[in-house]
Amino acid sequence: MTRARSLLLLAAVIFLLGGTVIPIQLFPAQAAEQVTLTIESWRNDDLSIWQDAILPAFTKRYPNIKVVFAPTAPAEYNAALNAKLTGATAGDLITCRPFDQSLGLYKQGFLAPLSDLPGMANFSSVAKSAWITDDGKTVFCVPMASVIHGFIYNADAFKQLGITPPKTEAEFFQVLEKIKTDGRYVPLAMGIADQWEAATMGFQNIGPNYWKGEDGRQALITGKGKFTDPAYVAVFKSLAKWRPYLGSGFEAQKYPDSQNLFTLGKAAIYPAGSWEISLFNQQAKFKMGAFPPPLPAGSSTCYISDHTDIATGMNSKTRHPAEARTFLSWMATPEFATLYSNALPGFFSLSNQKVTLKDPLAQTFLSWRGLCKSTIRNSYQILSRGEPNLENELWRVSAGVVSGKLAPEEAAAQVQAGLNKWYKPQAK
Amino acid sequence: MTPRVRYFPTHIVVFILPAAALYTAFMVYPLFDSLRTSLQGAHEGGGALFVGLSNYVRLVTDPVYAPRFWGALQHNLTFFAIHMLVQNPVALMLAALLSARDLAGRALYRTVLFAPTVLSFVIVGFIWQLMLSPLWGVAGGVMRFVGLGAYFRPWLGLEGYALVTLSLVSVWQFVGIPLMLFHVALLGIPDELREAAHVDGASGWRVFWGIEFPLILPVVGLVAILTYVGNFNAFDLIYTVKGALAGPNFSTDILGTFFYRTFFGFQLQMGNPVMGATVAGAMFVLVLVGVLLYLFAWQRWVEARVL
Repeated sequence: MTRARSLLLLAAVIFLLGGTVIPIQLFPAQAAEQVTLTIESWRNDDLSIWQDAILPAFTKRYPNIKVVFAPTAPAEYNAALNAKLTGATAGDLITCRPFDQSLGLYKQGFLAPLSDLPGMANFSSVAKSAWITDDGKTVFCVPMASVIHGFIYNADAFKQLGITPPKTEAEFFQVLEKIKTDGRYVPLAMGIADQWEAATMGFQNIGPNYWKGEDGRQALITGKGKFTDPAYVAVFKSLAKWRPYLGSGFEAQKYPDSQNLFTLGKAAIYPAGSWEISLFNQQAKFKMGAFPPPLPAGSSTCYISDHTDIATGMNSKTRHPAEARTFLSWMATPEFATLYSNALPGFFSLSNQKVTLKDPLAQTFLSWRGLCKSTIRNSYQILSRGEPNLENELWRVSAGVVSGKLAPEEAAAQVQAGLNKWYKPQAK
Repeated sequence: MTPRVRYFPTHIVVFILPAAALYTAFMVYPLFDSLRTSLQGAHEGGGALFVGLSNYVRLVTDPVYAPRFWGALQHNLTFFAIHMLVQNPVALMLAALLSARDLAGRALYRTVLFAPTVLSFVIVGFIWQLMLSPLWGVAGGVMRFVGLGAYFRPWLGLEGYALVTLSLVSVWQFVGIPLMLFHVALLGIPDELREAAHVDGASGWRVFWGIEFPLILPVVGLVAILTYVGNFNAFDLIYTVKGALAGPNFSTDILGTFFYRTFFGFQLQMGNPVMGATVAGAMFVLVLVGVLLYLFAWQRWVEARVL
């Protein structure tokens, strides 16, 4: 009797557990003709742009495909995406980080090859370089956009103080000094609490002028150039001179603090990436302008960081590969390039097609492509493959240099020592 | 008379089974699998390779890993020390006050003091960052108001202060748990003991240290071990406030953030499951040592003394 009762209990438990598992298996069978594609992305700031501008334009053309933009917080994106791909729960379309992060996903078979995608010819080899195998044969993401570094300034404040955008490094510090003496504005809106601001908005922003853009970046990869070279130490030295012009308590100032400091009109200059433009346009109540990184003494050619930042690939395990490819080839059309670049001023399409921008601030940034030579951030290609990670090291030492805890020479030596540990061309 | 037949105790198996199955599937198996991973090497071709303890040797000697590991361990010890020296004495003091016999509004105090514990880390981190912010925070203004403005610093951003500040924020959040444990233990002491002591002319101070404290010693040990385990599992607050790189210059890096960075990767840094599992293994050993010390040394001492 007791045995019968316990068996009954066991059966009940198994039935209950089974009940939760079985329906999940049956679910996909219900999918009808309408196909839904999900986009994984870290751009949660862009949610409304995708929902209101980009996706409706696509759905108008392809009414049977519904696309859902499902972003994750930027800091968690890589880890979350890896987990979702491994667990086979990731969306059909994957927003690709540049270089090794996506290359790794491709090598693990999570991203489908896209070399034969119609429309891939609309992109230059430089545009594709961030999403291509090391042998240059297979492209696995459709390039979307790059971001350009520079400085955004409060044009009203500049007018009030009677200053014009600086062209050289010397002028840059004169302008900063003038703003500081006046006292109404914080000269530079940047903090180091998140560390990456110092590296990305500081080091990678002004750096290309010192290391001569692509020449210097390639030299690091081949091992001919080193971080201890005078060019790199000079970048850290220039960065160290920013300290007196930052807001008080910049050590605990976080990225959103810097943004707010500038858009509230309390700071005069914001070391920027062009991705800030749409947010700043919404929030700032004053006129804004932009100037490229000032030239150090003795140089005449300017270089800008025109960083390949974002692309879209296809989850190789998607249940709707044909529809996903349809969406991706639409992303390679001039229609998407124009739509995207204008909806997201500050993300500049990598397409060869001519795109005109309505936003004057974005147009200023884009115009530097014609005046200066483009390069990308030097830590992104190949050099961040080992341990210690070059990008993380640059964050740490750049913040140290700005705070004054680390001497420029010492910062350069630490970064180089880290690279020597694992990167063979540098260890020689 | 026939001897009583001993039935197999099926009902016990049935009652234990669900918990045992869940615990095995979600705790025991992952734990052992993680320990197994930490004994393997990662190599180019994929697949597993048994390497014994060499990952652990690498963790404590390699120039890339060792400074981070020892640094994180040291920060964990600081974090633990601050909880032991601030959180637990404050909790004990508040518990003693709460247990006073004629205290009006006891339920209110209890609720208020316990409230931060039920808040999410994200909210706690956000509130304190906002209060301590040099740009928008109230801390600077309050200090200027009382004439201490010159001592205000952006504490969360300074290498020498950030960890201590975060530890104190964590103390603020979790003081409710030891408080409740002490409070319940104090309430459990029979009033006759206190009354007898009072009749004999003992002061309140004397009653506390001579009668109440010795009687709640088992709870003191329990609180210490909970603090110890909680400290080695700490991660959320630091991750929320300082990110996985635990700056400035790794000064707030604890084993939790070190593990996260190593296992999952960060920005351009790829995750390293093998070394991540090794960090987790080292954390497991540290927690295990603490718990064993508690069980075998402290418990025996207390039992011999108090019970």
